[in-house]
Amino acid sequence: MTDSIALEGALVEGQVAPAGATFANTGSDALLMAIRSLRLSLRAIDGLVVALALPVILMGLFVYLFGGAIRTGARYIDFVVPGVLVVCIGYSAVTTSISVAHDLNEGIVDRLRSMDVGGVSFMSGHVLAGTVRNLISTVIVLGVAFAMGFRPHAGALDWLEALGLLTLCVLAYTWLTATLGTLARSAEAANGMGFLVGFVAYPSSAFVPVKDMAPWVRGFADHQPVTPIVDTLRGLLDGAGGTDTWVAVAWCLGIIALSVALAGWLFRLRTER
Amino acid sequence: MPNEPAIWSTALAKSYGAKTALAGLELSVPAGSVFALLGPNGAGKTTAVRVLSTLARPDGGRASVAGYDIVAQRHEVRRRISLTGQEITLDALQTGRETLEMMGRLAHLSARAARARAGELLERFDLGDAADRRVGTYSGGMRRKLDLAAGLLSQPEVIFLDEPTTGLDPRARAAMWDVILAQAAAGATVLLTTQYLDEADQLAGCVAVMEGGRVVAQGSPDELKARVGGQQLDLWAADGAGYEELSRRIGAAALRTDPEELHLVLTTPGEATKARWLLDELDPDGHLVKRFTLSAATLDDVFMALTATGATERSSAND
Repeated sequence: MTDSIALEGALVEGQVAPAGATFANTGSDALLMAIRSLRLSLRAIDGLVVALALPVILMGLFVYLFGGAIRTGARYIDFVVPGVLVVCIGYSAVTTSISVAHDLNEGIVDRLRSMDVGGVSFMSGHVLAGTVRNLISTVIVLGVAFAMGFRPHAGALDWLEALGLLTLCVLAYTWLTATLGTLARSAEAANGMGFLVGFVAYPSSAFVPVKDMAPWVRGFADHQPVTPIVDTLRGLLDGAGGTDTWVAVAWCLGIIALSVALAGWLFRLRTER
Repeated sequence: MPNEPAIWSTALAKSYGAKTALAGLELSVPAGSVFALLGPNGAGKTTAVRVLSTLARPDGGRASVAGYDIVAQRHEVRRRISLTGQEITLDALQTGRETLEMMGRLAHLSARAARARAGELLERFDLGDAADRRVGTYSGGMRRKLDLAAGLLSQPEVIFLDEPTTGLDPRARAAMWDVILAQAAAGATVLLTTQYLDEADQLAGCVAVMEGGRVVAQGSPDELKARVGGQQLDLWAADGAGYEELSRRIGAAALRTDPEELHLVLTTPGEATKARWLLDELDPDGHLVKRFTLSAATLDDVFMALTATGATERSSAND
């Protein structure tokens, strides 16, 4: 008796959704996947501790350990904070790589696909969760920076622009690492790939002025995405205004577009077997 | 469409590179029945389930599930099926209740309906006490039950179960069988794969034996058992000459022979009169057979017998 009531309840409340609702379903499915991912991150205590400690360690490393030896013509902490922000975004994004790879190597993606939760919902959910994680970690990095003596000269509009660019940068890194996660055959491999992407930030203007680098490194540093992003952030936070804003934005949008397209293709390649 | 089969396929084919996984699968599963695909590893059972549940696209042939084409109307199919694969799909860090509520929402139940349905399934599957514990603390049997429950939130018409009891202890296995039979009793069509004859016997009204990506024999468990004899008779000859003599008398009926151990295997119906008659027939003077055992035929034996006859039937059909 109870059973039949529950059955009717399920039917009345839209057990089989009409075909036209697919677009809305994709959005709500992605949101559910994101909530799941965030819940899992909060409960994986070891990962959470590392994620919270890493920004503090990196900031301390650069400000107190290397900072004394690097000459930039200004206070090194004001020079390095934009660099540490981007490096931390890179490291934090590795989590997305790992969780995408983990899910693809377990049975859950098959279960989801058999429920008509497709690749778009799956990937968007992971990216959404990754973006939330990464933005929280970015706020922590900024807090640590202020505690260590970071004193920017940015006005309200500069801050707005800088936060906008940081968010775009988070999205680019997160989509890129999510896509790499679809390539990895294990969570460990995804971890390695993610860290390789993180290393791209080192041969850039993040920690050392590009003019002080060996010529061949300089060529790479001048033509990779992290340099214009860091330079623009530095200019904005310094109150001098963004220098390469459109180059930085174009890099981020380009990486997002390429990653989304590749992720769609790789997801089908991985799962439709 | 009351008489339309719940699952139907013809000439269904699927290859992975040079490896053929399905080579013309023909199935017709009546609505409301429990149907077992029986066969060893590599027979194509999992591929059959993946293709029929729309996860993998067939290279050839056609199939429909719940009345919809598995390729052109795969989204319609997905709204009406549930798949529980061999791999456990649960997050160790979520509780049983959280898992089911999330799956319910993904199956497009409202938050309230998902909560109600999750609670109901947890009670029905005897997981009520563990509902608010993390899945990581569950036993293998509990995880399987929760995994199956996660597929039942939206009342699927067709339930696919890929080796639902592999790795379970006998008690958990029996509990799982009860759960599966209850679903069928409630009107769902169940297609399950298994390597175990007794499982197919317990659960299924119809069994299809698979080999090399196609069905080589099909029927009720009793019909299949009758075809292979049902019991296995092991004979050990007294000496080499006795072995030769027995082997000559048994001829092609031997399921297996091992000259070094002087060992011959054949199948027989289980009745004592038949077994006694067979021994008398083979060894009228009572000095050829030194020792014998009579045991239930294992899947290996059933399978060898079925595929052997399947092979001869196929070749004679080609003549």
